[in-house]
Amino acid sequence: MAEVLVYVDHVDGAVRKPTLELLTLARRVGEPVAVALGDGAAETAAVLAEHGAVKVLTHEAAEYADYLVVPKVDALQAAVAAVSAGGSLAAVLVPSSAEGKEIAARLALRLGSGLITDAVDLEAGDSGPVATQSVFAASFTTKSRVSRGTAVITVKPNSAAVEAAPAAGAVEALAVSFSEQATGTKVTSRTPRESTGRPELTEAAIVVSGGRGVNGAENFAIIEALADSLGAAVGASRAAVDAGWYPHTSQVGQTGKSVSPQLYIASGISGAIQHRAGMQTSKTIVAINKDAEAPIFELVDYGVVGDLFDVVPALTEEVKARKG
Amino acid sequence: MSLRIVVTVKYVPDATGDRHFADDLTVDRDDVDGLLSELDEYAVEQALQISENSDDDVEITVLTVGPEDARDALRKALSMGADKAVHVEDDDLHGTDALGTSLVLAKAVEKAGYDLVISGMASTDGTMGVVPALLAERLGVPQVTLLSEVSVEDGTVRGRRDGDAASERLEASLPAVVSVTDQSGEARYPSFKGIMAAKKKPVESWDLSDLELDAEEVGLAGAWTAVDSATERPARTAGTIVKDEGEGGKQLAEYLASQKFI
Repeated sequence: MAEVLVYVDHVDGAVRKPTLELLTLARRVGEPVAVALGDGAAETAAVLAEHGAVKVLTHEAAEYADYLVVPKVDALQAAVAAVSAGGSLAAVLVPSSAEGKEIAARLALRLGSGLITDAVDLEAGDSGPVATQSVFAASFTTKSRVSRGTAVITVKPNSAAVEAAPAAGAVEALAVSFSEQATGTKVTSRTPRESTGRPELTEAAIVVSGGRGVNGAENFAIIEALADSLGAAVGASRAAVDAGWYPHTSQVGQTGKSVSPQLYIASGISGAIQHRAGMQTSKTIVAINKDAEAPIFELVDYGVVGDLFDVVPALTEEVKARKG
Repeated sequence: MSLRIVVTVKYVPDATGDRHFADDLTVDRDDVDGLLSELDEYAVEQALQISENSDDDVEITVLTVGPEDARDALRKALSMGADKAVHVEDDDLHGTDALGTSLVLAKAVEKAGYDLVISGMASTDGTMGVVPALLAERLGVPQVTLLSEVSVEDGTVRGRRDGDAASERLEASLPAVVSVTDQSGEARYPSFKGIMAAKKKPVESWDLSDLELDAEEVGLAGAWTAVDSATERPARTAGTIVKDEGEGGKQLAEYLASQKFI
C-alpha cells in the first residue's frame, strides 16, 4: 500500500488537533507516515501512533526555530525522498496554517508536483486523491486533483473527525541536510501569544463572534461570557478589529481566520462578504442582530432580531442554568 | 545607493459581485467588474512608505500578470505613487495556476531588475497566499512573508510576523521577497494630482517570448492541478427567525438544546 506523508504541527511535542484530523484523511488514501520536526519531535510519536501513524520520522535541530519556513521544506523534501526510495508515495498532507501553506508550496515546486491548498475534504480517486475546496467566500464547492507529480495538499482545520486507529508509530530518525536558502531569513525574536484559556479559534467546535454591534472593547466581556459558558472560542468581525476592540488574531473573515465549527454564533455582525468568507462553512449558524434586514439572517439556522445586550446575557444565564 | 522595489499586484473580480466559473472551470472574468486586489494595495502602500523613509534613490515598479483589463490595477497603483509599471499579457496565460504564476513573475522580476519584491498576503479571488513563498523559492532569495510591520535599512529588511502561536521578528539581507498583511497600515487614496501624473507614467507590456517562456509551461495546459467540478453551494435553507420580545435569549437556548449544543 502506498504511503502518505503527514506534516506534524506541534508545540514542543504537543500535537495540535488539525494534524490528528489529517491522519484520519491520510488513512483514506494510504498508510500515514508522520514527519515531526524541531524540539519535542520524538514526543509526538505516541499520540500519532494512536491515530494511525505507521511510522514517525523525526529530526531535531535549532534551525527549525531560528529560521523561517525553509528548513522545514528541506526536511519534508528529505522525507519524500526517503519514503519514495523504499516504496510509493500517494500524497503529502500539511495543515492549512499560514506557515503550512508556504511549506507545502515550496515543497511542491521542488518536487515538480501540483499543489492544492485549503482542502475541506479528501477521498481516494482513480487518478490520485481528490480534494474538495470551498471557494468564492464558500459560494462554490470544487473538486480538484493534482495532475503532475505527487499530490501536495494542505487541509483546513475541522475538515475531518479525529479518530482512534492504533498503529505501530515506529520512530525513525530522518537525515536532513539543510540547503543554502535554509538560513536566509532569521527569526531574531519570538513572543508567544498570551493564552486566553479558550479553545484555538480555527479548531473550536463552537465559536462566538462579536461585530460592530458590540460597540466597544469593554463590551466584548459579554461575548466572552457567552463563549465561556459554552466552552467556545471568541471571534470578531473586521469592523470590531479595525476599531481596536479585539485583537486581529481573533478576526474571522477573508483577511483573518477561516472557521468551520459545529456552531457559529454571530452577535452584532451584519454579515458582509468579507466576514462570510470566513464562516460560511460552519455547520450550524446562529445570529443575533438588531437589524432584521442584516444579510447574516440569510445564512442562519436560527436568528434572533433583537438587542444583543439583552439577548446575549439572557442566553448566557440560560446556558449556565441548563448546564447546572 | 539605489533601491529597486517591484510590487506584484493582481487584478481580481470584485468580491462583492456575483463571482462564477467559466465553462473551462477557470474564474469567469468577463461577467464581473475587476479591480486591484485590495490586499495588494497594502503592498503598494508599504513600498511607498519604504521609499519615503529612505535616503536612497528608490524606484517602484508595479508588476501584474493578467488580461488586458489588468492595466486598470496598474493604473491605480501608479496613481497611488509607484513610478512605472509592467504588464505581462499573453493569451497563452489563460488558466495559469499559482505555480505557473510564480514562474512568470520570477522571470518578469528578474528582467525588471530588483532588490526587493513586495506582495500582498493573498489575492482576494484565489486566496491561496502562496505566491510570495513560491517566488522566493524560484528566485533563490530569502522569504520574509506575512509581515504586519516592515522596514528596510542598509541592505537589510526587517519585519514582524504575527503567527497563530507567536509573534516573530524577522531579518534578512536583500535581495528578498516580502509579503505584507492588511495589518501593515491603511493604504492611501490616490490624490487628484496622483491620478493625473499616473497617466504620463510608463507602462511596459511584455509577452511570454519577452520572458523566454514557452506556452506549454503556463496556462491551463501547463497547470499541475486539475479542477474536475465546480458546484454552486446550495442556498442555506431558510432558518427560523424570531423577534426578541423579552424571551429571545431563552428561545435561543431552547434551540441550542434541541440541537444538543447544551
